[in-house]
Amino acid sequence: MLSIDIAHRQGDFTLECAFDSDARVTGLFGPSGAGKSSLLRIIAGLVRPDRGRVELAGRCVFDSQAGVHVPAHRRRIGYVFQRARLFAHLNVRHNLGYGAWFAREKPVRARFEQVVDMLDIGPLLGRRIHGLSGGEQQRVAIGRALLSNPAMLLLDEPLASLDVARRQEVLPYIERLSAESELPILFVSHQLDELLRLANRRVVAIRDGRVTFSGPTAEFLAQPALLGAEQARDAGVLLRGEIVAHVLADGLTELACGGQLLYVPQVEHAAGAEITLHVRARDVMLARERPQDISALNVLEARIERLANDGDYAVNVQMRVGEQPLEARITRRSAQALALAPGQTVHAVIKSLALAEQAWERLGGL
Amino acid sequence: MFDPATLEVLSLSLWVATTAVLLSLPLALVVAWFLARSRWRGKMLVDALVHLPLVLPPVVTGYLLLVGLGRNSLVGGWLADTFGLVFAFRWTGAALAGAIMGFPLLVRPIRLSLEAIDTRVESAAATLGASPLWVALTVTLPLALPGVIAGLVLAFARALGEFGATITFASNIPGETRTLPIAIYTFIQVPGGEGRAAQLILISVAVSLAALVASELIARRVKRLQALA
Repeated sequence: MLSIDIAHRQGDFTLECAFDSDARVTGLFGPSGAGKSSLLRIIAGLVRPDRGRVELAGRCVFDSQAGVHVPAHRRRIGYVFQRARLFAHLNVRHNLGYGAWFAREKPVRARFEQVVDMLDIGPLLGRRIHGLSGGEQQRVAIGRALLSNPAMLLLDEPLASLDVARRQEVLPYIERLSAESELPILFVSHQLDELLRLANRRVVAIRDGRVTFSGPTAEFLAQPALLGAEQARDAGVLLRGEIVAHVLADGLTELACGGQLLYVPQVEHAAGAEITLHVRARDVMLARERPQDISALNVLEARIERLANDGDYAVNVQMRVGEQPLEARITRRSAQALALAPGQTVHAVIKSLALAEQAWERLGGL
Repeated sequence: MFDPATLEVLSLSLWVATTAVLLSLPLALVVAWFLARSRWRGKMLVDALVHLPLVLPPVVTGYLLLVGLGRNSLVGGWLADTFGLVFAFRWTGAALAGAIMGFPLLVRPIRLSLEAIDTRVESAAATLGASPLWVALTVTLPLALPGVIAGLVLAFARALGEFGATITFASNIPGETRTLPIAIYTFIQVPGGEGRAAQLILISVAVSLAALVASELIARRVKRLQALA
């Protein structure tokens, strides 16, 4: 669906990226200054790269050898920028309608209402832009992009310019968008939690203008070196689980995970839904015997596969819970004290609270 | 209230100034756009050329126009023979003189408001399917409208008050090129003309004030419509 192979120089910075993705939601991850936005501008046709090839939704929009360069306005890209970039001289309704006016296939009225409904912007339609909050502006910008009838959606850190409260306001809409929309989405972020939440199947990581990883999100998460210093603390695994029941009295949700039960703070989705759980390695404790009388609710039986030194004092213990990977980051001292070795069965202890806000519905398609 | 001669001066002045400003607007937009957006180094020269009438003595501008566009000049003769367009000693000449004198004042506010526009909003429009021409028409120009209005008013006032270049290029012909300032000057030169001059002076003040107030009202309305915070 998305196939990129470009080289571009901008002053001292060289961008050289090649990757493919046929996932419906692809996460583009990298620290600030890695070239994420430049890459997006190239994909959208706002910047013409020095050489290479760009293919979107099966259509070649740039090929330096064949001399193909489709201008931005014919690429059918829905681009949501870090800042909303709304048209200050138009009201909300006309901002939303702007792209539709140029679209070859006009979105039908029902589509307009559907998008307005999904983003809850009905009450804003008659309003002027300057009266809107940052979160409202960003929702209108998302609607505007969707209604231009795009073949693909680019979300360039749409939450980055918002404060924490506004983020919480907009995030559920983007989540809904990536869960429900059939459009291919390229979601850019330098925040791991956002990425895991919205693009938990497929990740492309870039750093200093080069692709450092392209593949399944779970694989990416298991490699702290790729995450960068800032996010290495979040290294861990993605566990798949199914919601068994909600324990309303305790405010918990019970998950079945490889035949074992896990409790996490209540998740919104219904029983039966498949869930992805981000378990940070540093939140996992190990015990040789099944611990008694401890406060942690989750004790999983796991088999050790590999031990790897990580820095001066830490060890990463890679395990399997049934078929699924689990990882614990413990001190070398503890590893030696417990005499941990591959092949052993241990008990992995995870506090339920460490899993708060770490469970999301698995997004369809790979 | 006014005698026919005064009304004639007033309507001629308004007509000349309006024609001057409206006909120079398209070129002013193009020049302002070029000055605001081009990265070409030679644009400083264009900038200087546009501002020249502001610093040259108006009489010099008028003289240059007479030499360049008079009936006996190369360009003036060609224009007269091909299009029947005569400038010297006609109201068209007064309008041209007013347009040239007002041009820098028309270009400058448009240029400033164009420079103030966030071009990233224009790229957003491009990704929404708008070709460069449509971006200009539906995003850039509407956003620059306050500057366009400010420029129109300034240039109109300048054209209305234009004296030196007009009297040199188009002379002082009643009903043809005798605009407000020239009429005032003429009446002051004649013994007993002070009364009529005073009347015209009052009209001048009133028209200028009205233009300023109108532009302020329009600008406010535009700002409110655009909701530029």
